[in-house]
Amino acid sequence: MKTLSEAIRHREFVVTAELSPRKGTIVANFIKTVHALKDKVHAINITDNQRAVMRMSSLVASYLVLREGVDPVYQITCRDRNRLALQSDLLGASVLGIRNVLALTGDHPSAGDAPEAKPVFDLDATTLLQTIGKLNTGVDLNDHPLKGATSFFAGAALTPQTSPLEPALLALERKIHAGAQFFQTQPVFDAGAFASFMEKIAAFRVPVMAGILLLHSAEQAINLNAHVPGIKIPDVLIKRLAASPDPHAEGIDIAAGLIGELKQSAQGVHIMTVGQEKDIHSILERI
Amino acid sequence: MIVTDIKPVQEVLDALGGYRKVFVVGCGSCATASRTGGEEECTAWLQELERSGKEPAGFFVPEETCHVFLLKSMIRQSEAAASADAFLVLACGAGIQAVSAATDKPVVAGLNSMFLGTTYRAGEFLKYCSLCGSCVLSSTAGICPVTRCPKGLLNGPCGGMVNGMCEVDNTVACVWVDIYERLKSRDQQKSMTRINKPKSAGNARHRKVEPQRIARKAHP
Repeated sequence: MKTLSEAIRHREFVVTAELSPRKGTIVANFIKTVHALKDKVHAINITDNQRAVMRMSSLVASYLVLREGVDPVYQITCRDRNRLALQSDLLGASVLGIRNVLALTGDHPSAGDAPEAKPVFDLDATTLLQTIGKLNTGVDLNDHPLKGATSFFAGAALTPQTSPLEPALLALERKIHAGAQFFQTQPVFDAGAFASFMEKIAAFRVPVMAGILLLHSAEQAINLNAHVPGIKIPDVLIKRLAASPDPHAEGIDIAAGLIGELKQSAQGVHIMTVGQEKDIHSILERI
Repeated sequence: MIVTDIKPVQEVLDALGGYRKVFVVGCGSCATASRTGGEEECTAWLQELERSGKEPAGFFVPEETCHVFLLKSMIRQSEAAASADAFLVLACGAGIQAVSAATDKPVVAGLNSMFLGTTYRAGEFLKYCSLCGSCVLSSTAGICPVTRCPKGLLNGPCGGMVNGMCEVDNTVACVWVDIYERLKSRDQQKSMTRINKPKSAGNARHRKVEPQRIARKAHP
């Protein structure tokens, strides 16, 4: 299996999966899941206190992924660390052999399980990307020289289904100026709308991996629409899940179908299964 | 102006503890406009002190309580203030500390300082400025993202913007969409592709060289 950057360079259809570190110290199942995904995906994204819920460090979990022989995408948000901590963690990640970083602003703490936490946001996704670019050239954010540069392949997030779109497109352009080399998107549920979005950004010539969120019931879909910012699951899919005798299998079918359609417009897909990683195998078998 | 909020009565009484004779200091500027430390609120506190078995020594409402010299002279001239065991100050943190600097007596805070407010209309205040010490308003269409975005993002919008609203509160417009709309009305939206550099923590945190004192001479 090629690494993420090799696969993108060779213009292969890239498949990444997403895993959240555990809330706690027992990592046996986490490692088992990573192992099961080996040679099935190009890379595994490791979330950083996703939705502002405190979990084990994404840096350490990324290293566990690497140790299993899978290419990690180390997700790092600006919510919990100032510029000193961000840079210092990035240097550490580089020494551990982690190459892919997804630079994120991060959800506000109010969304999570410690809503009273101090929101840091000393940098944002854009200036974090710039910082990574500097570390790659051998200097820190303040241009102080480093003993040994990093060699990160840096990506960023993208919300293709957002409205109004134009401010988000301006933010995308800014992230590209800041050095984003690839993008992974929020969940996509409409391949046609995604294709027209990709036409709008064609001039930027950036690799985009479309987000695929595995649905397993109509209730879950309705719940996601109501509570997760930026997610818009169309009624037609909710009806399909509701009408199906086996919504779980239907969800896998929907995901596989979307991936098939997205092969035309996206450089790859980023599969989010939220705890159902064993289903990634079934999804990939069907495309 | 500095917008303040009234502390719960019990919290203030607990802080007053064993002090019997209490003198109340309001503020004729912001706390009066805030309706938290004007004559009316001072009088109400005198009655509350009475009810709680304390001895209200009296009150005054300086023109601006955040003025140490003014406070020193007012306290010096007031027999009631001189006789008090403690001061209860209905002013912002700057005002409370001015009283504290003007007297050796213990000072109790009656208000919480909330934010630097823009008055929309009498009694209605908007949090528009964080006193960050490095103003970006010239490049953000006169709308402050440092204060009005819950993440204080200099390069927004973030992925949490949904239908133009903020992820933290979906009844509030995303300030970066507001900035975009304003720029677009002037055909300047492309300026949003410029990257705003990270700010110096400035006044917001405990910077080593914080401007803790600014002294200016009057014009000749």
